[in-house]
Amino acid sequence: MDFGFCLSPSSHVKMDSVDLTTFNRLKETNPDINTCIACGSCTATCTAGNFTEMSFRRLLLMLQRGKEDEAKKMIQRCMLCGKCTLVCPRGINIRKILLDITR
Amino acid sequence: MNSQIIFHPFVLPFVLGMAFVLTYCVVGLIRVIAQLPKDDRKKFWRSLVTPKTAWANIRDLFGDCLFHVKIWKRNPVLGYMHSAIAFGWFMIIVIGHIMLFTLKPLQGVEVEGMARTFTNFYYPIFYKFFATETPVFAFLMDFFLLMIISGILIAVVKKIHSKIVGVKRVTKFGFADNMIRFALWTIFPFRLIAEKTNIMAFWWLYSIDLLIFMCMLPFTRYMHIPTEALFILLRHAGIKPSDPRKGYALAQIYSCPSCGLCIDACPMSVNDKNSGNTSAYFMKKLRNGDKEEAQRIAETCMQCGKCVEVCPVSIESCDIKMSQRAAVPYEIHSDHSYLDVISTEAEKSSKVLYFAGCMTQLTPKIMRAMKKIMTAAGEEYQFLDENGGICCGRPMLLSGKTAEAQAMIEKNTELIKQSGTTKLVLSCPICYKVFKEEYHLEGIEIQHHTQYIDELVKSGKLKVNKNDVNYVYHDPCELGRAFGVYDEPREVLENVGNLCKAKSEKELSICCGGSLGSFNLTQKERDEITENSVNDLMFNNPDEIVTACPLCLKTFARKSPVKVKDIAEVVESQIIN
Repeated sequence: MDFGFCLSPSSHVKMDSVDLTTFNRLKETNPDINTCIACGSCTATCTAGNFTEMSFRRLLLMLQRGKEDEAKKMIQRCMLCGKCTLVCPRGINIRKILLDITR
Repeated sequence: MNSQIIFHPFVLPFVLGMAFVLTYCVVGLIRVIAQLPKDDRKKFWRSLVTPKTAWANIRDLFGDCLFHVKIWKRNPVLGYMHSAIAFGWFMIIVIGHIMLFTLKPLQGVEVEGMARTFTNFYYPIFYKFFATETPVFAFLMDFFLLMIISGILIAVVKKIHSKIVGVKRVTKFGFADNMIRFALWTIFPFRLIAEKTNIMAFWWLYSIDLLIFMCMLPFTRYMHIPTEALFILLRHAGIKPSDPRKGYALAQIYSCPSCGLCIDACPMSVNDKNSGNTSAYFMKKLRNGDKEEAQRIAETCMQCGKCVEVCPVSIESCDIKMSQRAAVPYEIHSDHSYLDVISTEAEKSSKVLYFAGCMTQLTPKIMRAMKKIMTAAGEEYQFLDENGGICCGRPMLLSGKTAEAQAMIEKNTELIKQSGTTKLVLSCPICYKVFKEEYHLEGIEIQHHTQYIDELVKSGKLKVNKNDVNYVYHDPCELGRAFGVYDEPREVLENVGNLCKAKSEKELSICCGGSLGSFNLTQKERDEITENSVNDLMFNNPDEIVTACPLCLKTFARKSPVKVKDIAEVVESQIIN
């Protein structure tokens, strides 16, 4: 039956059962990932973000929530231009992290 | 001395060693050529008979292999040290042969066929034992032998205290390299003593030393002696390494003498821990087959190209590092299909086309300055990426993903061609390098804004004031070392102010530390490099640091005690309306 509206699907993530392999692997090789304050500077400057959904801030969030498939799809848009790394106020080596995710 | 004796068992170690080295070199030569991709091999054969490359081959074979011109230029003391040993050794071998064929000591002695060839093989090396020389030859032999020993003395001093000869850091060697070096150092004193005293033990020691040297040669850095000749031929054939361990790269690996000149030159060496990430060690790791370490070093390198610039053998370590990066398999591949729908606001016209690039978008003051300059000069121009464009593809190439960079290169090419322009002006040297090397933009002149502004000033279109600010110019790696754009920016700056010199300039300029080439360097390590580079630029206490790269600008601004400006900003402030 169509009421003309519906309930949005639940975005609930069960943190006890998510798969954090990629995120944990990244944390090991790039400990600076922990210093991210999610300010969004990376997203604001992203060259690919101009045309697509690409956003490193969200990418990190996805990995922290175990949404690896979504993250892997998003990262394909990246042009590796490195602007995110330059503007990061925490000095996180974002380009290296992006490369590490695709390995 | 007895001229009847034509053989003594002590020559055998030398003969054995020499036979081994020659066999090894022939096998190695065949291996390198067989490993070349088919097209490259064709290029190589062709280059040997093309007059231009053949001439370059001859010039460099003499200049580099025999006279070591590049080391002399870099550091005369090291130049003398190396020439004394290498050229001196070459000369005593040559003179030995000349004596054999002019003095004819074997005349009247019954040696035939194979035996004669065999005798000719070792006779010049032990000449004094078997025959007497004429006074002129005796003088020449002693002269060159003493020259070699003087070179060895410098080498010993260098080993004990390298700073005396102007080298801060030297390559750390393993057991084999240390041992062969000791063998090399002792060969000539032994020979001198043997010749002067004729004590049999020293003739034996001399010969055994030669055996040790020859047998260890293929497994140590001294392999550069025979390999460099092949490397010079391959280099002039215009080949790029396709595999970090095979073919052309293999010839380069064996040509690296581990001299360590690149260690002091590398900007990363400001931190002692990072001096292990320099090209000398990279080549060593490749040689030892340590793939993981080679990969790590390749990804740490900033690709500034200074090691290639100072290398006395001209080893293209940056290219090998790129092929090492490309050898890594990636699980996820990029998907840039979204680029298809992007179009540009630029209309079809023959106006100058300005492409700011990602980095300039981050430093909008450069874009504003460029707009003002072009307007003031009365140039008709249009922007390709005023509201955000796509990346030029160089960062992707730097990560070794050649195929994936192609999507961006194709899209940009399409957009530029659509605009119908004949001149493309870029503000970012990173873009400039990739546009020059990878894009096929026939009929379109590609200029960096330093060249463009220089042209505008010289043609009188742009009128500028001269003030009395002292500027120092930093050469961005991808503009200076890569394309030799040294004079244009300096001429522009001389028109608007006073230009003072940095400590290291032009091809020796130090990378700002912000390079996109490196993946692994942390912000702290980068800051150390930046500080060192800034100190170098502040050598003559300039009022402002001027650069021509938005990335250098951003990087220096973090650490510089004085104002850092792009050349476009400096010119903009001096425009006469």
